[in-house]
Amino acid sequence: MRPRVGILLLAAAAAVTLLAAPLIGVEPIPLVTLLEPRGTEPAAVILWQIRLPRVLAAFVAGAGLAAGGAAFQAVFRNPLATPYTLGVASGAALGVALVSRLGVGLVAALLPVTTLAALTGAFVAVATVWCLTRLRPQTSSTVLLLAGVAMTFLFSSLILFLQYTASLGNSYRIVRWLMGGLAAVDLAALGHMLPFVLVGLAGLAWHVRELDLLATGVDLAASRGVDVVRTRDVIFLATSLMVGGVVAACGPIGFVGMMAPHICRLLVGAEHRRLLPAAMLFGGAFLAACDTGARLVLAPAELPVGVITSFLGAPFFLWLLLRKSAPGEL
Amino acid sequence: MTHAALVVEGLRVVYGGRQVLHGVDLEVPTGQLLAVVGPNGAGKSTLLRAMTGLVPASAGRIVVDGRPLERYNRRELARRVGYVPQADGRSMPFSVRSFVEMGRYPHLGRWGSLAPSDLAAVQWALDVTGTVHLTDRALDALSGGERQLVSIAAALAQGASTLLLDEPTSFLDYRHQVEVAALLDRLHVEPGLTIVTVSHDLNASLASAEAVLALRDGSVAFHGPPRAILEPATLQAIYDVELQVATWPGSDLPLVLPRTGSR
Repeated sequence: MRPRVGILLLAAAAAVTLLAAPLIGVEPIPLVTLLEPRGTEPAAVILWQIRLPRVLAAFVAGAGLAAGGAAFQAVFRNPLATPYTLGVASGAALGVALVSRLGVGLVAALLPVTTLAALTGAFVAVATVWCLTRLRPQTSSTVLLLAGVAMTFLFSSLILFLQYTASLGNSYRIVRWLMGGLAAVDLAALGHMLPFVLVGLAGLAWHVRELDLLATGVDLAASRGVDVVRTRDVIFLATSLMVGGVVAACGPIGFVGMMAPHICRLLVGAEHRRLLPAAMLFGGAFLAACDTGARLVLAPAELPVGVITSFLGAPFFLWLLLRKSAPGEL
Repeated sequence: MTHAALVVEGLRVVYGGRQVLHGVDLEVPTGQLLAVVGPNGAGKSTLLRAMTGLVPASAGRIVVDGRPLERYNRRELARRVGYVPQADGRSMPFSVRSFVEMGRYPHLGRWGSLAPSDLAAVQWALDVTGTVHLTDRALDALSGGERQLVSIAAALAQGASTLLLDEPTSFLDYRHQVEVAALLDRLHVEPGLTIVTVSHDLNASLASAEAVLALRDGSVAFHGPPRAILEPATLQAIYDVELQVATWPGSDLPLVLPRTGSR
């Protein structure tokens, strides 16, 4: 398929998802409600104040996670490198688990404490990998990836510890949050997440050429004129901001960051000027669709969306491992 | 006096806690084709990587086109020096065209497409390496020999006047070895690039290089014209093994062979 056609198809799919998802649900929405954004009847409130912010949040979160995944896969030259596997998401999760356990629910500096805690956790994880790249510049990307995996385990054990020592109510809240979900995401939460995602995306968009070259290897990128150290720092920073912001709002939602870039590489190629927008469209639409599914599967109860993405993601992961890798893939 | 493309003075490199180069001095005149030879682990690749700033010098200095290496930023250096690393066999998810176009990075702005001058440089690089017919193929679908030619094309697209190649013919079949060697000969004549190759294939180096630098244990064991390295004592000192020097049948080209086998 020609890359341009791929992007157009993804844009169309994303547009359809964004339009259809708010209309789908247990409560039917009469079409006239579309014309009444300030209406007060139940259908209007559900559409405009509950479903629409939630669908938009899902889209923004999915787009951010997918773009972050694409960036990390390029920097580490490894298809398994994502903010998730490198401990960024579990670091953020640890931060949130910690404040849940301590029962802190304040708003500091205009942001909820959970957002700050998630960002801090994400930065601790990235800082660890970053220190390795700085202290030992010749560390291979495989070692960095393994360091990230080790961090993930460390964070998971700390989360389990917090959970084990928490009260039943707190423990349930932590577990529920770790499943990842958008049920509690409202306009305010969308507002807290959006700036981080936008700043992160801008940071990545600024480096599309460098991402291409980093995907060919650090030495080659440097010999072509890329300031590898500075570029990698910016990409780490941008991605942790983005993922920290998303995880704070939605919990750790797995596999979007790994899956979306892979599928999009097959559709539009590996050049990041096309791959990043394609992954954003795919990741956003995928998460919005999964979240709509999450609202419907057990209706009127809701399934955490993380359950669905991981349920679809894990078999995909296996397929990825077992298939013969096609040319044009990382 | 011809200007030196590369000057290396008292270069020491510590790499992974081990001193790999112990004070190397070298001058590569502009337009020279220099072969760096020596046994495994002698520091050949490290010397090459130091000359393009990929590993830092712990002592000594490197001067590129009359200007110390540390006074270049990476983009400026990339416009002067192209580097073709050893093939690592890892996946590169790009088409040949994209990959060669990426070679224009040091000449490009943040976004936007390639200017006519960039496209001309890419086309020249594809033409001169004979890889035009591969442009729409995926890099990962190429044979080792094709991929090496494309790697050279991408480095040429940088527009550098000095080209450093690490083991450019290793792991290639005979036909591609000959093709790559012929390409380097051509580039050396027109446009007259300064070329430094690292190789453990002494015969290939002797056949085309104007000067040979032999490293042993991180120090210069020999530096001079190819013929002069053929002294049995010199070869023995470099390689630590008995080597026979013969000539190609019907020519006076030297042929260096180790004595192997028991028959």
